[in-house]
Amino acid sequence: MTSAYLDFVRIRFLMMLAYRVNYYSGIIIYAINIGAYYFLWKAIYGEAETLQGFTVIQMSTYVAVSWMARAFYFNNLDREISNEIVDGSVAIQIIRPYSYLIVKMMQGFGEGLFRLLLFMIPGMIIVSFIFPITLPTDPVQWIVFFVMIWFSFLINTQLNILTGLGAFFFENNQGIMSMKRILVDLLSGVVVPIAFFPGWAISVMNWLPFQAITYLPGSVFTGRIQGADVWNALLVQVIWTVVLIVPIMLVWRAARRRLFVQGG
Amino acid sequence: MSRYAFMLGLYRDYFANYMKTKLSYRADFWIEVLSDLMFNGLNLVFIFIVFMHTPSLGNWSEAEVVFVYGYFMIASGLFSTFFSAWNFSERYIVKGEMDRVLTRPAHSLLQVMLENMDPPAIVGSIVGLVIMISSWTTLGLPFHWYDPFVLIIMVLGSCFIYMGIYTALSAISFYSDAPTGIGPLIYNIQNYGRYPVEIYNKTIKFLLTWILPFAFVGVYPASFFLGRLDEWWMAWLTPVVGVVVLSLGLWFWNYGVRRYRGAGS
Repeated sequence: MTSAYLDFVRIRFLMMLAYRVNYYSGIIIYAINIGAYYFLWKAIYGEAETLQGFTVIQMSTYVAVSWMARAFYFNNLDREISNEIVDGSVAIQIIRPYSYLIVKMMQGFGEGLFRLLLFMIPGMIIVSFIFPITLPTDPVQWIVFFVMIWFSFLINTQLNILTGLGAFFFENNQGIMSMKRILVDLLSGVVVPIAFFPGWAISVMNWLPFQAITYLPGSVFTGRIQGADVWNALLVQVIWTVVLIVPIMLVWRAARRRLFVQGG
Repeated sequence: MSRYAFMLGLYRDYFANYMKTKLSYRADFWIEVLSDLMFNGLNLVFIFIVFMHTPSLGNWSEAEVVFVYGYFMIASGLFSTFFSAWNFSERYIVKGEMDRVLTRPAHSLLQVMLENMDPPAIVGSIVGLVIMISSWTTLGLPFHWYDPFVLIIMVLGSCFIYMGIYTALSAISFYSDAPTGIGPLIYNIQNYGRYPVEIYNKTIKFLLTWILPFAFVGVYPASFFLGRLDEWWMAWLTPVVGVVVLSLGLWFWNYGVRRYRGAGS
């Protein structure tokens, strides 16, 4: 059974490879985004050496690495799942002898792996030539970072699955999906590191899963979080990964009972 | 003249059609409005947070940056209302719907625009106008009788720039077989035009002014009202650049349509 699931990873990886031209433009897109925020932050810093504990160099590193990590964990599983629910093909998938949700997760991982190898790593190399960023020299920091963005992937994918399954309950959940995307961009720290938010907002966001997607791995990578706090950050990610299984199972169970196919 | 009456009639009919489909998904309309506003809200939150840590952004105050953003929202809301064919390449070229469009008498681009109308986006323009008016009073800017008229001309110019660029981008699909992922590219470049161009380096400033003139959908025209342009004629280039870009876009589209050979399915 496991090998069947691994095949889903492989197939999706190969599928992405077939359309790889799209991804060359993707690297440019991310470089442009990083550039926009780089100049913006440079203007924000002005004469200041540090803001909220971030030095200028740490900030540009943070911007670069959080966008590049986004390339890895980002996927459109919410849209895929909701499309399959709306066009009815989910009904066929449910009766097959595998877990629909795990298959989706595996497909998402195949896509993530593709983006990691052909997008994130080359992108990071290109970006590090263009912008002044410093990469950590300690190999442990690199390993921890890759473990952490693996959890970013899990948490973000779980949120995507949850939103996608919303199509069982709302006939058209386009709006909900775009709202989720905006929430993730704002609250995960990809646009603004969480330390920059006002105090009350930070305490709210500490209780939400979004910071575990970008802010925690980004802070570890730039060395803002160090020592024992690194393990705390990792623990927060593990806890959210486990906790999010509960709503997914509940929604999935309720959804299967009320499946109705529109048209089809 | 009857050609324009025909186009207006088409617009009315398509709009009625749109309302009928939307009324069957009533809640969704409001969710769409809300998510549009949230997207703009995200960018405003970014501005507010940034100004918690710095008094100015390249000599621009918070109220001024918000003012520019308000202007930007008016133009981009209006643009998205009438032109939101993000998935043009997949829907019209890959799935072959373009063949259907081309058998009809109205101009192909007009049909594509009408089929992809997105009226909820207009709420963004209204909110943008409110933001602009409120920063107008905060900044204590003088109000001249001609300002509303200038605003209309500037917004039209900005919309033309958007339309021209997106028309050209969509038309790339006529020339290439592969689905192009260029939409998000431009979507992200837009980010640049909302902030004072002075903060970027010379290359990007030049690019945003003369090559992909997104600076004209935000910072230049808005500066007219703020009264802080280095060269007074920069703002007035907005409608000119708009007409030029739109004409180029249309030419590229029409040429592409003539070359287009169909999906072959």
